[in-house]
Formats: sequence, C-alpha cells, structure tokens
Amino acid sequence: MNGRVRAVLRKELREFRRNTLVVSTMVVLPLFFIAIPLASVLAVNSGTAPEAINGIVGGALLAFFLVPLMLPTLIAGYAVVGEREQGTLEPVLTTPVRREELLIGKALAAVVPSTAMAYALFGLFVTVVQLFARRDVVSLVLEPSQVVAIALFTPLLATFSIWVGLAISARSSDIRVAQQLSAVAMLPMVGVLWLFAFQVIAPTVTVAVAGAILLAVLDLGAWRIVSALFDRERLLTRYGGP
Amino acid sequence: MGACCWDGAGRELEPQKRMAPTRAGRVRPVVTLVVAMQAAIQARELTKRFGSRPAVEDITFDVAAGEVFGFLGPNGAGKTTTVRLFSTLVRPTAGTAEVAGIPVSEETGAEIRSRIAVMTETPGLYLRLTVFDNLEYFAGLYGIPSGDARDRILTALDAVGMAGRHSDRAGALSKGLRQRVSLARALLTDPRVLFLDEPTSGLDPVATREVRELIDGLRDRGVTVFLTTHRLEEAERLCDRIAILNTTLRIVGAPADLRRRLFSSALEVRTIAPLVDPDSLFSAVSGTDGWETVGDAAYRVSVRDPAAVAPELARAIVASGVGLVHLSEAAYSLEDVYLQLVSEDVEVVR
Repeated sequence: MNGRVRAVLRKELREFRRNTLVVSTMVVLPLFFIAIPLASVLAVNSGTAPEAINGIVGGALLAFFLVPLMLPTLIAGYAVVGEREQGTLEPVLTTPVRREELLIGKALAAVVPSTAMAYALFGLFVTVVQLFARRDVVSLVLEPSQVVAIALFTPLLATFSIWVGLAISARSSDIRVAQQLSAVAMLPMVGVLWLFAFQVIAPTVTVAVAGAILLAVLDLGAWRIVSALFDRERLLTRYGGP
Repeated sequence: MGACCWDGAGRELEPQKRMAPTRAGRVRPVVTLVVAMQAAIQARELTKRFGSRPAVEDITFDVAAGEVFGFLGPNGAGKTTTVRLFSTLVRPTAGTAEVAGIPVSEETGAEIRSRIAVMTETPGLYLRLTVFDNLEYFAGLYGIPSGDARDRILTALDAVGMAGRHSDRAGALSKGLRQRVSLARALLTDPRVLFLDEPTSGLDPVATREVRELIDGLRDRGVTVFLTTHRLEEAERLCDRIAILNTTLRIVGAPADLRRRLFSSALEVRTIAPLVDPDSLFSAVSGTDGWETVGDAAYRVSVRDPAAVAPELARAIVASGVGLVHLSEAAYSLEDVYLQLVSEDVEVVR
C-alpha cells in the first residue's frame, strides 16, 4: 500500500476511534441487526410452517447484507463534509496527495471495519444458530449459495456504499444530510438483495457469483464517477466551500 | 549572481537594507540579499473568473526566490483565489503562472504542491487528534518517510514554540496555539515557497512577534514567503515588496517605493494660531509646490526637497509672528498607500 494511502487510512481510523458518535453507532447498529434475526430464527419451532421458516431465514440473511451497506454511509458522511466543516479540506488538498490516494484511503477506512464487523456478526449468528436453532433452520442458514453470497457480497456492498456515500458527501454541505441521502441511495440495492434473500431470485452459487461480478463492475463504475467528482476546484468552490 | 527583485513591470530593483527590531526591542540592520536566478513565483496576465464574476483579472508580477512578498487587498479582492491558483487548487481562466520554476497546470499540480506549503487562514486541524497525530498525517501526505517524520515534526513544533505540546489534543488548544500548529505543519517539508494566509490572525502580541521573527528566519534561509495579510504594519515590517490587489493588481513595489510613487514630498506644519495669510507665506518660500490645510492651524506644504526647504519655511513662519509648534517631513505609511488605492476603487464603483 502506498504511503499516502496508508497515512489517510491511519488518520481516518484514528478519527473514527475518537468520535464517540461513530463508535457508538458502529457498535449499537450491528447489535440491533443481529438481535432481531437471532430472536426470529431461535423462535422457530415445530409448529412453524416451512414457508414461514424460509421467510424468517431470508429476513435474517437480508440483515447481514444491510450491515455492509449501511455502516459505510455513516462514515462516508464525514469523509468530505466533515473535512469541510473542520476547515481541514483545503490544507489536505494543498498537499501532493492525489485524489485517487485520498479516495482509496478514505474508502478503505470505511470498508475494512464494516466488512470485518459484518463477517464477525455473521460468524456469531452462525455459531448461535448451530448451537441453539433447529436442524432445518441450520441447513437453510448454511445453504452454500447464501454463505457464498454473504462472503462475496459483503466487501463489494461496502465498497459500493462508500463510493455512493463519498459522491454524496463531496456534494453536500451538511454531515447529517449526507448520511441520510447516502442511506436513501442504498434503497434500490436493498430491493435487489431482498429478492435474493427471500429466494425470489433462485439462490444458487452461480447466481451468487454472477451477482458478485455485477457488483464488482458497479463498484468500478462508481469509483470512476466519484474520482471525477473529486476535483479540487469543485470541492473548494462549490457545495458550501468558502 | 543576479539581483533580486522586480517590480510589477519586470524592472529590476536594488537590494534593500532594512532595520528590524529584535525581541529585546533593539534595532539590528538586516541586509536582504535576495539572490535569485529566477522568479519563485511568476504570474502573467493571470485571470480567474467564477462564471461571469472575475475573482482576479489580468495580474502580472514576479516574486523572487528568497523574497518576502506581501499581498494586500480588501475582503473579496481575490487574494485567496490567487493563492489557490498558485497552489494548483483552482485552474486559471486565462493567463499563465509558474511556481518554484514549474508551470502551473493540471499535470504539474502534484509536483508543485510537493515543493510548496500553504498555511490557510483557518488552522484546519483535526480537533479529535493530538498535535503530533495531525502533523504525522500531513507528513505522510507529503511522502516524508516515517523514520524521518518524528524528527521533522518535533523540529517544526520547536520552531513555533510548541514542542512541549505535541501530545495535546488539537481541540483543547486555544485559537492562537492552533495557528502555531498550522504554521508548524507548513514548515514540515522545508518548502521552497511558503504561502501564509493571515499567519498572525488571532495571535497574542508575544506569539505575533514570534511568528514575525520566524518569517524573518525563513527569509534568512532563502525561503520565498508569499504573505497575505490585512495587517499593514506587519506587511511594512516584514515584506521586501508588497502588492495591492483589488481584483486587478493596483500596485507592486517596496513599501518606501510605493510611498514615493503615490505621494509627493511634503512638510507638515503646526502653529500656535492659524496663519493670517498662509498662501502668501508658503508661496514666498522657494521650493514649495503648493499647500493645504489639514486641521486647525495645521498645514501640509508640498515641496521638492524637504531638507532644503524646512529651514527657510521655519524662518518665514517665525518672522510672521505666529509661534511654530511643529515642523517635520510628512510621513506616509503603507496604510496611506493602501487607503489611497482602495478608496480610488471605491470612488470608481460609486
């Protein structure tokens, strides 16, 4: 990793760590995401209809897609607007750092913890399910297509989310507005994932891999758009710049 | 070895000998040997418009290497935009510029930014991070190897009197201390060209003096300093030359040179009572070009050679029977120059 990217990544992580709002949200929100799915799958009993079990497990898995999609939007809100509000944007832009280095550093700072958090939550979910849930629920949760989807989609969804968040942050003048718009911008993606989680789109390993490839292409396109938006002059003189 | 400075029209100026007060208040001679093989900053018909609104229009000037160059102008005059043009943050609409010998363009942006440092008007620190973390981040952005970063950071902090505060959280510092950290950040890379935007804004008198001494030290080390300020006395004291901008460049030159160019020599006279017939009295003294009343029993007499005219003028006033209280050469400050030029613009706008 290039030294400038490393510098951006390290600074971003230090800042998040010292921002109690970000830390508390990063901890509380995932707990909320895991608590409801766990409660619902553990509540499945012999009287639950097989269709209902499919729905419950689908809902639980959708929650794990939401973690990498939603967590980076929290962080992305700060990425540009936060810098602008603190007056740090211009000093940073006067350094030799290239826009790609700045963007990758900021993106990694959001993607890495979000992905790690999502994997950890899924690991915890699977462990609890294996220990306490019914056999038919366990086999549905450990369906290879779903596991592959979680494994592949998580970093790609987090990456997509951070590019959208950065694009919105670059054009906003208020952190909360940037965060809310980023969350709203994720809704179409949530709709697609809903179709997968609830098996409207047949969940096979091939479909999961094809979906991951499509997401990777989307990420690449989004990266190019964000990179073009991240123009020094535009950042300083528009969207609430001085 | 070439001589140092040029005026706005590109004419070479003489090296200057200035007197600078030391910390103890004594005056020490400072010979400014501004040695330049080439200009550190060069603008040629540089123009920036935002839509149809011109921010800076058709500015042409050079700043020699090692020079401390003051950039003055009212709010909205285009000073910040000019600094942003030189630091490749905004693209010129027309004209060309060179910084540290490199033509300003999209492609050369990173190279120029690696040779300069900009201290923005607001300190721009990450308030949740410590002073050290803030500077370490910028050291990383400038590509300073991590092995050297610590020494560079401590040296820069020491230069601004903040070495003992490196582990303090930036948010816990006063505005003045944040300003000092911002200055330390600008010194991290030992830049060839340093842009300082209001470096003493918000500083107490002691800190202000320290920053000014630091700028003097930078000059001695051959760093080119482009100083944007509203403090005219600061510009006059620190700068080898100044430029006054109000969208267009109004004037460029050494402060003394500007005074000579804008104001004719004059003697200021104050008497105990108003003169009965000042016109006859002043006209009778050879070497006078005119006069005006500047207060009750106070006059300003335009002369070609103040030293030659003053004794005769004093004798004439005493001979008229009116007591002479004060007679001196009129001293115009940089503020007079500034107000003269800026008020001209106000008149034009009206």
